[in-house]
Amino acid sequence: MLRALKLEPEKCTGCLQCEMACSYENEQLFNPSKSRIKVFNFHDSGRFAPYTCTQCAEAWCLHSCPVEAIVINAKTGAKDVLEEVCVGCKVCTIACPFGTVNYNHDTGKVQKCDLCGGQPACAEACPTGAITYVDIDQTGLDRMRAHAQRSLGASA
Amino acid sequence: MGWTRNVMRVNLTSGTIKREPLNMDWANQYLGQRGLASKYLVEEIDPKVDPLSPENKLIFTTGPLTGTMASTGGRYSVVTKGPLTGAIACSNSGGFLGAELKGAGWDMIIFEGKSPKPVYLYVENDHAELMDASEIWGRSIWDADHILHARHQDPLIRIAAVGRAAEQGCLFSAIVNDLHRAAGRSGVGTVMASKNVKAVVLRGTRGVGNIKDPKAFMQAVNAGKKVLADNAVTGQGLPKYGTQVLMNVINEIGAMPTRNMRDVQFEGASKISGEAMHEVRAGDGRANLVTNAACFGCTIACGRISVIDKNHYTIVNRPQYWGASGGLEYEAAWALGSDTGVSDLEALTYANFLCNEDGLDPITLGSTIAAAMELYEAGLITKEHTGGLELKFGSAEAVTRLTELTCRGEGFGRDIGLGSRRLCEKYGRPELSMSVKGLEFPAYDPRGIQGMGLAYATSNRGACHLRGYTVASEVLGIPVKTDPLVTDGKAELVKAFQDATSVVDSTGLCVFTTFAWTLNDIQPQVAAACEGDWSLEKLLEVGERIWNMERMFNNAAGFTAKDDTLPKRLLSEPAQTGPAKGKANDLQKMLPEYYKVRGWTPEGEPLQATRARLGL
Repeated sequence: MLRALKLEPEKCTGCLQCEMACSYENEQLFNPSKSRIKVFNFHDSGRFAPYTCTQCAEAWCLHSCPVEAIVINAKTGAKDVLEEVCVGCKVCTIACPFGTVNYNHDTGKVQKCDLCGGQPACAEACPTGAITYVDIDQTGLDRMRAHAQRSLGASA
Repeated sequence: MGWTRNVMRVNLTSGTIKREPLNMDWANQYLGQRGLASKYLVEEIDPKVDPLSPENKLIFTTGPLTGTMASTGGRYSVVTKGPLTGAIACSNSGGFLGAELKGAGWDMIIFEGKSPKPVYLYVENDHAELMDASEIWGRSIWDADHILHARHQDPLIRIAAVGRAAEQGCLFSAIVNDLHRAAGRSGVGTVMASKNVKAVVLRGTRGVGNIKDPKAFMQAVNAGKKVLADNAVTGQGLPKYGTQVLMNVINEIGAMPTRNMRDVQFEGASKISGEAMHEVRAGDGRANLVTNAACFGCTIACGRISVIDKNHYTIVNRPQYWGASGGLEYEAAWALGSDTGVSDLEALTYANFLCNEDGLDPITLGSTIAAAMELYEAGLITKEHTGGLELKFGSAEAVTRLTELTCRGEGFGRDIGLGSRRLCEKYGRPELSMSVKGLEFPAYDPRGIQGMGLAYATSNRGACHLRGYTVASEVLGIPVKTDPLVTDGKAELVKAFQDATSVVDSTGLCVFTTFAWTLNDIQPQVAAACEGDWSLEKLLEVGERIWNMERMFNNAAGFTAKDDTLPKRLLSEPAQTGPAKGKANDLQKMLPEYYKVRGWTPEGEPLQATRARLGL
């Protein structure tokens, strides 16, 4: 079963545990500035939102890469960056409509979420369940259930 | 290894900035943050120095776990000699600034001297620079934050600043970071402004690494996170209600200081409680609380984010206050509310916004307003002094108006800015100041919680709950339940809490974790991160060493056993209602025992043997 990161902003408290888990997994450092998942704080409305790559099926980044450094990981469905192939041209960062591929000036390559090979560290670190790793075809299931319950006036 | 081993020394007089290596011998004896920076302060300043003179120093300091994934590991402290008390001051804050400092590669920043003109410190990793602050001097913290973000064109910088209150000499000015997290108590902001430093602006992209044993560290971190999640207080109570979870609990046990501590229960407590913040308002159909929010790395997330009802008299036609911002914590709600007899939740939220906007300690502010109200009742403060404002207990308008005036250092706000001790001396009734060593009480009346009386009387920064929170044991049963109305055993209890808290404050972790964690949960995280031997025994010794070092500084600054006391009201006017009815605080039964347990003379001086044992 393929799985996807499910992000639920209403559960996010802005603690940045996900950013630290991500940077630690990938850089062996607690360094939010190098995280591939970002939490945004919309201060005046009191809202937080975690955001990262959604692993598009027809990935703009993958199609735009002139050296084929972005490939589909058959096991996870993630679009992985092959660091040894990437030339740091950043065309993918222009192509991605969501801004989730970014350049890392320390390595001279781009970086993006690769679902940690199937065990996303951000989801494991999140204390509130705002980031979970679920069946890719069922990311809306909980929301559907909640609405169904509400329309019935049923109890859980 | 936990530490970056880099100290930034900023000489404001000469405008020079130098890097120096962290003194690792001291780190080994004092760990970090509160303990380590206090050691630097004690070594570098004369205890008798005028706190607002260039000879005082101001230290921003992190702990070895600051900036790591340890839950709540985002804390920093500001250490200096405090202007409100004349005692050593260490004020702790959350938000995101501490982790940013660590991520920029620094353990601490030491400010010394005084800048000839207003400046702010800008740090981007190795690069540090003093920059002209003339554009932001005279502006609120919120304005300064906005201007600095625009000037540096960088949404990711983190900012700590002082407000107009500090510039105007208000003695209980806070340093506010991330708009509404504060190094709040003891007037550390006043010291910063006295040095002509308006703000500290940080950007760190180097990250925090150098963990001694990464595998053991992540194991300890995950175990710690689980304990916090499974605990009823840190897993449920604090996220849902914030520290305001305590309002109704403490009121019920008769330890809610009310109307300048004349009463121990407040009839309006439920209206300003954490539960009330969830209720939908009649005015605009919304609840006061928008969401809870976390500081850096915190898996508890007790922070309150609130909106004020747009129709409330305080903000009608003032859209700058219509957005969400830091809401009421228990201490602010109590001091601004119960202690002044005000139960208007929206008015208190507004006053709290102002405390963040211009950097005031809401505890000292509320208590000082309460003292002014009692002086007004006694006819010693009149409308002539206040510019026509009626200072009656229960008047929301008096609280919000005086908060506005104190923020700007205008009119009677200048008198409020003195703090309650100087205010009550000025108007001839010094005994009406509810303070110890000049610092006002927090929200736990020591007539209803006896051990807190001893904790307040002996706290090294004056009346403070965060120096020894025996409420945990006496009210909540953490780690074991003791009877709040008895004095037996409280000397040992207070010492144990004081020493353990000294350790927590030196790690980079938040003391609120100790609703669930003991040092047994913290020790594995420290030991895995930091080089050296960090056993439980050693941590406890470090805690005791820090406590005694702070005490010796205060003694050298001129404090004596006579200052280890409580206001007459708490010692001789019994509680009139609630479970503690008929009881005052029995400090004299506990204090001599405490000195003995501490290894101090009957005059409150550490014995030679105690000093030798702790290497002091």
